[in-house]
Amino acid sequence: MRLVRYTLARIVFYVTASLFASFFTLPLLWLAFAPFNEKAALSVTVPDSPSLANFGQVFKNTFAVRALFQNSAIQALGAMLIVTLFATLAAYALSRANIRGKDLISYGLVLFSSVVTGTAAMVPIFLLIFRLGLINTHLGVILVFSGGLLPAAIFIMRDFVDSIPRSYEESALVAGASPWRIFMDIAVPIVRPGMMVVAVWAFVNVWGGFLIPFILLRSPEKMPAAVAIYSFYTEAGTPIITLTAAYSLLYTIPVLILYLFVNWRYGFRFFGGIKS
Amino acid sequence: MQQRRSLLSIPASLLFLLPAGVFVFIFIILPFFWIAAVSFTNRTLTGRTAVDPEYVGLANYLRLFDPDRFLRSGEFGASLVITGQFVFFSAIVGQVLLGLLLAWFFFNRKGWVRETVQTLAILAWIMPDVVVAFAWFAFLDRDAGTLNQILSTLGIGKPDWLINLPLVSVIIFNTWRGTAFSMLLFTSAFGSIPPSHLETAAVAGANTWQRLRDIILPLIRTHIITDLILITLWTFNTFTPFLLTGGGPAFQTELVSIFTYRTAFKFFRFGQGSAVGMIMMLINLVFAIFYLFLLRRQQVKL
Amino acid sequence: MASVTFEGVSKHFGSVKAVHDVSFSISDGEFVCLLGPSGCGKTTTLRLIAGLEQATSGRIDIGDREVTYLNPKDRDIGMVFQDYALYPHMTIADNITYPLKVRGLGAAARRKRAEEVATSLQIANLLDRRPGQISGGQQQRTSVARAVVHKPQVFLFDEPLSNLDAKLRLEARSFLKHLQQELGVTAIYVTHDQAEAMALADRIAVMEGGRVVQMGPPLEVYRQPATTFVANFLGSPPMNLLRVRLELTKQQAMLVGETFRLQLPQISERLKGVVSEGEALIAGLRPEHLHMANDSDSWSIAGEVYAIEPLGPEALVTLKVGDSLVTARIFGDEPPKANVGEKAYLLFEPERLHLFKASGERIP
Ligand SMILES: Nc1ncnc2c1ncn2[C@@H]1O[C@H](COP(=O)(O)OP(=O)(O)OP(=O)(O)O)[C@@H](O)[C@H]1O
Ligand SMILES: [Mg+2]
Repeated sequence: MRLVRYTLARIVFYVTASLFASFFTLPLLWLAFAPFNEKAALSVTVPDSPSLANFGQVFKNTFAVRALFQNSAIQALGAMLIVTLFATLAAYALSRANIRGKDLISYGLVLFSSVVTGTAAMVPIFLLIFRLGLINTHLGVILVFSGGLLPAAIFIMRDFVDSIPRSYEESALVAGASPWRIFMDIAVPIVRPGMMVVAVWAFVNVWGGFLIPFILLRSPEKMPAAVAIYSFYTEAGTPIITLTAAYSLLYTIPVLILYLFVNWRYGFRFFGGIKS
Repeated sequence: MQQRRSLLSIPASLLFLLPAGVFVFIFIILPFFWIAAVSFTNRTLTGRTAVDPEYVGLANYLRLFDPDRFLRSGEFGASLVITGQFVFFSAIVGQVLLGLLLAWFFFNRKGWVRETVQTLAILAWIMPDVVVAFAWFAFLDRDAGTLNQILSTLGIGKPDWLINLPLVSVIIFNTWRGTAFSMLLFTSAFGSIPPSHLETAAVAGANTWQRLRDIILPLIRTHIITDLILITLWTFNTFTPFLLTGGGPAFQTELVSIFTYRTAFKFFRFGQGSAVGMIMMLINLVFAIFYLFLLRRQQVKL
Repeated sequence: MASVTFEGVSKHFGSVKAVHDVSFSISDGEFVCLLGPSGCGKTTTLRLIAGLEQATSGRIDIGDREVTYLNPKDRDIGMVFQDYALYPHMTIADNITYPLKVRGLGAAARRKRAEEVATSLQIANLLDRRPGQISGGQQQRTSVARAVVHKPQVFLFDEPLSNLDAKLRLEARSFLKHLQQELGVTAIYVTHDQAEAMALADRIAVMEGGRVVQMGPPLEVYRQPATTFVANFLGSPPMNLLRVRLELTKQQAMLVGETFRLQLPQISERLKGVVSEGEALIAGLRPEHLHMANDSDSWSIAGEVYAIEPLGPEALVTLKVGDSLVTARIFGDEPPKANVGEKAYLLFEPERLHLFKASGERIP
């Protein structure tokens, strides 16, 4: 009797788990097969002879290659650097200085940054970048992304900085180190995991972002992959599925690699922010 | 009250804060007030009103709320209704409930099944917007799409999802896309429950459902509130469905974010677009304040 | 090498008076222990010397310099933290020589000095490991090494032994004493362990509620505690304190307790004019100054046996005297044989009797 119940429970577990798994997998199946199928259409078919021909075609398209390996990379790396560096500096100050109401400041900022979102503030952000003369520049995209990501990044970083025992810095203080020196010698090496997490998070956000470059960039030479992917169209205006599929996969790979890296190194979990 | 000697003097800390502060001021605080200012003008991208916009008072807002057309298809009111349905079904019912279900289902279980399902959910969450949009485009295609191939095998039929059921499609899409966040949040919430609480309940004879209702849910109430509000905020502001449907057909999936975009960047009526953005921000602000208020009442340490 | 002087120093955190109106003077080369219960302000006092806290009022001098408002780096001190504060990302050598690096010393010179110091602290073989890869005792030595590496004028220790297990602690204690004497440096050492303070200090400063209540050589503090608080804090087991009343006649003084009357002929002189007839007092008896007696004589206390705890070279005998418990340390190979509840007598040495006013102050 117990054995029967146990078996039944196992069966229910596996069936339910497969239902969950299919829900998340089925929409992605196409992406797993189509890039390797020279005759890919919208249906999911296992290619008779898998080939890399689609990728070869993609690499012939200089515009698309530049979008991916140059424009997307510049924009994502640029914003990643700014966000990581400035968030670390700010989080350190918010953690270590006696600023009145600093908790309110950092929490308020996160909330305010989710009020002033890219979608709601499209117009002023466009006008701002327009005024600054940065329409159609990488810098404009980088700055806008950085501004939006910084509050949350500071919030995540604060958690890491707060966990440094104060005695580390106090002993450095007694040893005679200046604040900048303590920051560089003691704080930065210890919060390096936090900086990695923030960097990856910022990179993935910018890498995958669509709306901001879509609004701020004009010329094809500056478009990141998120926008350039819409260029694989025939003269008649229908998408060339084979190329789009291969390009999508190429475009996703850095995200996958970073996910695997973070998962392996720190375990994919919540950092900073949310805890009871 | 812990007042410790600061490890960083005030002037030094201001220097540390300066770079981030400049960014936050320019890209978050300034736009908030700028958008308010623009929303009272008839500013456009080109033409005379681009250089020299006129103050038009509440005209932009009055137009949005003009009762004659408010709820007409493609107008602001209709867009708000669509957004409301979208948020309710894809955020609250979809992501939060499914996330809770997943976390509960795998609670106290380890092994490859859990790892696999969680990884798949996370993948859906972290992939670039345009890639998942293309994948779903293929998935939902009427004739060749994976979904309809399965459905027709089961003899259910072949609806044209993006044409006949666009809002349903977008809701399922958004649920699929964002569930990972709630799942991770609830998983970590469950993990923070001391096992002794559950063992005590088990010893007392509570069944699974009673344990969930009486022990677990009360303990993770703050997490649930946090999740609900964040997810609602994000879903309310998302632009991604645009990549799947472009807001159509016939404005049936035109969320307010897409409405803003169309007003401001299709017709380049910045004044009008700002008024919509302003209302979005006010709604966001209400959510944010509500959230703070609830957390405060829960006396949760931030 | 330098002296350390406090003049009316206070440190208040909001309404908490962590250190209040403290004055003392520590001379060059002296080893002083700050002793007291949790929260009495020991750490705060130490951090005031280090410059990690700024005094609310008063004046602090190191050597012949006023340092009250100086930054830690300008005070020329070395400090060992309770958690050692070793930097996990640096090797032991880098940890030890960090103060030298900050002072701009070159890598080769630093390595040389690291080897020197590490050798004298017997951790020379660990120089290339990281703090996570060495034991607690070794971490403690590393943090001492870092405090001495730049030859500071004053050493500060904040409970440096409290994270070690009992056996290591004794070893490290002797080692610290040895090191301090060898280097001859002024040292200020915070602890709440009275045995540690007794063993290490040239002088002990006992703190209570943010004030220094008594400061003196260990034996003096032990033998002539200024208050019942000090009397109770030093010694293990602590001094027995009994409520008594004084009956003074022309010829003699009588101490009247709940169950006993003791005649104090010799010491009556010292009480005259200080206490008045019938005044309530507190009598203090150190456990080691009590002996077993067979029957009631004029200097003995009667009670019921409450517990007998043999400890090896001695036994603790506790009697229930009225409502109080009185403990005696009885030396000898054989613990006394008595059953719980039996009547027994403890004899005391009248010249070792401590008397305190009801307020806790010592009567000289
Ligand atoms: N930064 C601070 N802010 C507020 N109060 C403080 C602060 N530091 C210490 N105090 C208070 O000052 C008093 C003395 O603290 P201190 O740390 O000096 O005690 P201590 O004698 O070292 O105790 P322990 O043996 O527990 O370490 C305590 O009541 C403590 O709560
Ligand atoms: Mg302390």
